[in-house]
Amino acid sequence: MPAPSTHKPLLQVRGVTLQYKTREHLVTATYRVDFEVYRADRFVMLGPSGCGKSTLLKAVGGYMEPTEGEMRLNDEVIRKPGADRMMVFQEFDQLLPWKTVRENVMFALTSSGRLKGKAAEDKAMQYIEKVNLTKFADSFPHMLSGGMKQRVAIARGMAMEPEILLMDEPFAALDALTRRKMQEELLQLWNDTRFTVLFVTHSIPEAVLLGNRILLLSPHPGQVKAELNSDGTDRTLSDGKVLSEHIQDMLFADAIEEESTHG
Amino acid sequence: MAEAAATTIERPEFVRPVETKAYGVVQKPLTAWEKIYDSGTARKTFLLVVMAVAWELYARWLASPLLFPTFGATVKAFWDAIADGVLPHRAWFSIKVLLQGYAIGLVLAALLTAFATATRIGADLLETLTSMFNPLPSIALLPLALIWFGLGNGSLIFVLIHSVLWSVALNTHTGFKAVSQTLRMVGRNYGLTGPRYIVKILMPAAFPSILTGLKIGWAFAWRTLIAAELVFGVSSGSGGLGWYIYENKNQLEIPAVFAGLFTVIIIGLVVENLIFRRIEMRTIRRWGMQT
Ligand SMILES: Nc1ncnc2c1ncn2[C@@H]1O[C@H](COP(=O)(O)OP(=O)(O)O)[C@@H](O)[C@H]1O
Ligand SMILES: [Mg+2]
Repeated sequence: MPAPSTHKPLLQVRGVTLQYKTREHLVTATYRVDFEVYRADRFVMLGPSGCGKSTLLKAVGGYMEPTEGEMRLNDEVIRKPGADRMMVFQEFDQLLPWKTVRENVMFALTSSGRLKGKAAEDKAMQYIEKVNLTKFADSFPHMLSGGMKQRVAIARGMAMEPEILLMDEPFAALDALTRRKMQEELLQLWNDTRFTVLFVTHSIPEAVLLGNRILLLSPHPGQVKAELNSDGTDRTLSDGKVLSEHIQDMLFADAIEEESTHG
Repeated sequence: MAEAAATTIERPEFVRPVETKAYGVVQKPLTAWEKIYDSGTARKTFLLVVMAVAWELYARWLASPLLFPTFGATVKAFWDAIADGVLPHRAWFSIKVLLQGYAIGLVLAALLTAFATATRIGADLLETLTSMFNPLPSIALLPLALIWFGLGNGSLIFVLIHSVLWSVALNTHTGFKAVSQTLRMVGRNYGLTGPRYIVKILMPAAFPSILTGLKIGWAFAWRTLIAAELVFGVSSGSGGLGWYIYENKNQLEIPAVFAGLFTVIIIGLVVENLIFRRIEMRTIRRWGMQT
């Protein structure tokens, strides 16, 4: 039995509306979103492009303030970015190009004040080894392939041992083979250390494979449509359909609704 | 014909093992001639030799050492001036003034850019000032400088600061603005703010642009300094390279004038090709931020 404290959610998102002010418009990216992430969750946010997934993740990261609602990590309201929520982005340029792989991971540890000197280096190398990049520890990011860069970003995020790892479509820009491999590796890493991760994707198979809990968002502006469980195998549901088909149907229903309301 | 084009042609499938050894030439050394021709230094050295020979021949044909001394005479004047220590002394005098102006210019540029990064009004100030002063040739300020600071290094340093400050501040500011949103978010994710954020994230990320500013600033400053010294260069009995050129012209020591120009060129080349090139190799090229 898990201890009672693990029943408390690590991250609580309550009624969060997020808006962008542009020159001409006020764009509502998400509308009154609620969800809770527990420790050791592989919590996936799934939704079509433009539904506000990245925006939500940025808000959890502390880069944006909700116009309505609130977000709490360990009961503390999130107000600014911090090393307890490490971001992994989709863009390959998230590594500091002027630092080697080792220095990139170390710099996260030292500049945030987590560790110093040798301790930081040891920790960095430990996680670089976990993502199988020991041989490339002294390479600069521009010498690495896209997949390797993402693995460094993941190593950097994990080395910080944050409360929660925030991943925004980290594999979306990779080729299919590399993506498959990285998904397997991420699951393997999770099996080793049981970190908490909030993972954003627009790919149904990826959500089904990686998540133990899937939050389904409606198209723009994102609203919570469903929260589903997954065991990573695309299980067959009571109605005979597999999970991914079920999700597909729900997203498809939105598309039809949208067409009929707009048309 | 159309029917024939519409059907695909049946071919047998095949799979074959890929040989991992013995594929003939993968790497073969280039011939000595190919290597020499490939080296930019070799090609440029060749051109320099051709130009020196052309100079020598033309000057001999012209036979007017007062207007146009031979290459040989210029080289001799150059060596003599170096040997008796006059040229190094004058060059050092110029470089000393230049370094002072450059350093003060950099400090001011740093302050201005920091202010511009921190506040919106600072950014407006920087943009307004640079667009006003960047197009103004520094040498045009010399008469004013002479009134304010008198004959001497003060005036030189004032125009040097002017020639460094705007290009460095403008390039740094533009470089900061171009730093990607992702890198900014990464920096803030580590909890970096204020000066630490500027020094550890913005400055290295904008380094290609900053370096461009430094190079342009240097080039402006060097040209401005020589020009200013030509107008006036003596202070406390000593002068720089510009003054050396001017002095020798008055004494009709034309080979020495050429030797002075030679020194100006060489110092410019050394700074641009050795110092800045080296910095570039060790930083932005090594980091893959410029190819
Ligand atoms: N910086 C911004 N300024 C204005 N609107 C934005 C900005 N970023 C995103 N949006 C808008 O917010 C909505 C959600 O965007 P985003 O969170 O990036 O979606 P997703 O990550 O799910 O594809 C979109 O309609 C998008 O156009
Ligand atoms: Mg997105």
